[in-house]
Amino acid sequence: MFRYIASRVLLLIPTFIGISFVAFIFIRLLPGDPVIALAGERGMTPERHQLLMDQFGFNRPIWEQYFSFLWGIFHGDFGTSIASKRPVLADFRALFPATLELSICAMLFAVIIGIPAGIFAAVKRGSIFDQLSMGIALVGYSMPIFWWGILLIILFAGILHWTPVSGRMDLIYFFKPTTGFMLIDSLISGGKGAFKSAVSHLILPTIVLGTIPLAVIARQTRSAMLEVLGEDYVRTARAKGLEPKRVIGVHALRNAMIPVITTIGLQMGLLMAGAILTETIFSWPGIGKWMIDAISRRDYVVVQGGLMLVALIVMVVNLIVDLLYAVINPRIRVK
Amino acid sequence: MNTYKKLLAATALAMLTGGLMAGGAAAKTLVFCSEAAPGGFDPALYTGGETLDATGQAVFNKLVEFKPGTSEVEPALADSWTISDDGLEYTFKLHPGVKFQTTSYFTPSRELNADDVVFSFERQKEGSPWAKYVDGASYEYFEGMDFPKLIKSVEKVDDLTVKVTLTKPNAPMLANLAMDFSSIVSKEYADKLMADGTPGKLNEQPVGTGPFQFVDYQLNTAIRYEANPDYYKGKVKLDSLIFAVTPDAAVRVQKLKAGECQLTIYPDPADVEGLKADTNLNVIQEEGLNVSTLAYNTTQAPFDKPEVRKALNQAIDKKAIVDAVYLGQGTPAINPIPPTMWSYNKSIKDDEYNPEAAKAALEKAGVKDLSMKIWAMPVARPYMPNGRRTAELIQSDFAKVGVKAEIVTFDWQEYLKQASDPKHDGAVIIGWTGDNGDPDNFLATLLSCQAVGTSNRAAWCNQEFTDLINKAAVVSDPAERTKLYEESQVVFKREAPWATLAHSLVTTAMTKNVSGYVPSPLGVHNFASVDVAE
Repeated sequence: MFRYIASRVLLLIPTFIGISFVAFIFIRLLPGDPVIALAGERGMTPERHQLLMDQFGFNRPIWEQYFSFLWGIFHGDFGTSIASKRPVLADFRALFPATLELSICAMLFAVIIGIPAGIFAAVKRGSIFDQLSMGIALVGYSMPIFWWGILLIILFAGILHWTPVSGRMDLIYFFKPTTGFMLIDSLISGGKGAFKSAVSHLILPTIVLGTIPLAVIARQTRSAMLEVLGEDYVRTARAKGLEPKRVIGVHALRNAMIPVITTIGLQMGLLMAGAILTETIFSWPGIGKWMIDAISRRDYVVVQGGLMLVALIVMVVNLIVDLLYAVINPRIRVK
Repeated sequence: MNTYKKLLAATALAMLTGGLMAGGAAAKTLVFCSEAAPGGFDPALYTGGETLDATGQAVFNKLVEFKPGTSEVEPALADSWTISDDGLEYTFKLHPGVKFQTTSYFTPSRELNADDVVFSFERQKEGSPWAKYVDGASYEYFEGMDFPKLIKSVEKVDDLTVKVTLTKPNAPMLANLAMDFSSIVSKEYADKLMADGTPGKLNEQPVGTGPFQFVDYQLNTAIRYEANPDYYKGKVKLDSLIFAVTPDAAVRVQKLKAGECQLTIYPDPADVEGLKADTNLNVIQEEGLNVSTLAYNTTQAPFDKPEVRKALNQAIDKKAIVDAVYLGQGTPAINPIPPTMWSYNKSIKDDEYNPEAAKAALEKAGVKDLSMKIWAMPVARPYMPNGRRTAELIQSDFAKVGVKAEIVTFDWQEYLKQASDPKHDGAVIIGWTGDNGDPDNFLATLLSCQAVGTSNRAAWCNQEFTDLINKAAVVSDPAERTKLYEESQVVFKREAPWATLAHSLVTTAMTKNVSGYVPSPLGVHNFASVDVAE
């Protein structure tokens, strides 16, 4: 077991170096630089440009910049944004919980609706429900997020007044965030109606961000179930006279869930891409919009620091999952 | 206590405290749906309008300021001033008894004096301890307005008198001092921060003399202010002001309609009619101090010939651009400065839209089978709602006169950088919103020889034109300046370095219970005069 843990932890080192290099180099490969963005339409003279590039250290040899970036990370310093002049780590801490909260809600929404819909469609294969739900899933999958978001806002916030238009919380509530997760903070310190306000603000962005994973999960569940339902052991279970509920719910579902869970994992990563647009539409203060703004301003420090922080979180989560696997499954740790 | 009871108790407590907080916010509040999050809270460090609104306009004052709704300069922290005969010395008399804001993070011990004014400019100079007080600090407006070269010194004469000495006469100086980067900050507060080793707080928790004082900023979400009870012009009518950061234009409109904010700006042109039709809303439209242009690279053949540029200008149907791109929310531009700006030359006639004449003129100039590039700006700006669409319209106009145009575009930063390079290929769609209402801020910034390589995207260096505007910048007689600028516009039209495209209308929409809002032609947003009916 110790060897297994040690090998997993040691594996983090090359992964870390690889990711740090990609995070560092990616933004520098794009044309433009962070200094030109400071002056806007006014532009700046080549001399002034040179001076600021020197001042911010972007004219140093590339390897020197890279090592100072690494050195900073080892000391917990992810640098300071050129555009906002604020520390990257502080901004990340403030914004990441918003993205995480929205992503978790969107994924729960997708799973809670997607899996039952997929199972039901598979069991009732060829029925109207099957055709309708899979048709809707296809539409959902092809829906441009931007258009879908505005459409929902106009209908539910504009016409029906069921939900707020955008933001995370009604502005009459004013409290310092404790955890950064609005659902929790509103309960701790938000006061009467704050939790309800937080929930109501989450509804539309959750639906918009959850639509694509919902469609993917529903279709994946359906096809996995169909495959499993045709297996011999399912026929055997049926032949034994087991109730259909038990055959589907226990024998078939458990095996069908393996590819579905893999899909959910992959979709969780893809949520980031959707989060960028969803956060823009719903004025959601998360890291998606923050990163995209930084990329368009060529704010090297934010892009490299932000990517690194996301990667570190993913690495730690993966490590924990790997270790948990080993605890659960002895075969893994023996290998 | 079991878990259920604990939860119940926590909820009851939360409801109680929250109820109190919510009650506190019920006073006269204006929620402004702003277009972007501020960069920070030091107005001298940023050039973006969203930051200037949140700092210079809300929290700070300047020595002189723009009269609301105009670009005329009026007294502010300086009650009066004198200018020496040689135009080199400006002596300002400060308003006595002006208090800095008392906030949860700073209590001033003294009133505004000359030390604050001196500090506010000195700190922006290279070599000052404040020059790099946060990582990435650079005073781009101070640099861009040429202050390091223009200002010889800012000195305290006595507690309420400040003398600004210039290295050469500069007529737009007062207008420059009314800009947000010239905001007066508290030296006492800055000294305290420096002594505490936390100078960066100057950019996080501002202290000024302005109508609103800073309360809190939730990153990329909302900025909260409360009225400054000690405001030297008397407390404003609002009790609190909130900027709700809402980057998407369509969502801002929806928020306004749903009552989540009471005032918003920059709607999509396509939404303006709908806003006007809404009986719960008021819409104010006024001519922005802006211009959009197609800037030919005048160093590149055949655009180095004025007759070719003029011929192409005749081929562009500006009315169609105003209709299709601005959806009527603008006017075709004739001169490089907008008609609302003083010294606008009304006698100049625009090049008539006439494809036949354009074709003939091109032939006469010996231009055949011309292929060129049109640069379509990739972002929307108040002066240009859709660069791509504009480029397509111009492309089809040019096709009618036998000119084959290819549309190119780049990422915005790259676009600005490459378009500044005098060696770029083709004609660039670009524009400008005035900073301070002075014609110099358009004509010298965008068209002078000294701006080639930066903001003169036509790379046009015409000595006659540049001499006129450089002269206008140093004479102080307004009548003489007007004459010089009018003459310069004649030269501009004759030489045609740009096709002047349009001046856009700037739209502000607000709920019916909002009164007293005065839109600024300079594109900043100030809420000092606003009231909200309860």
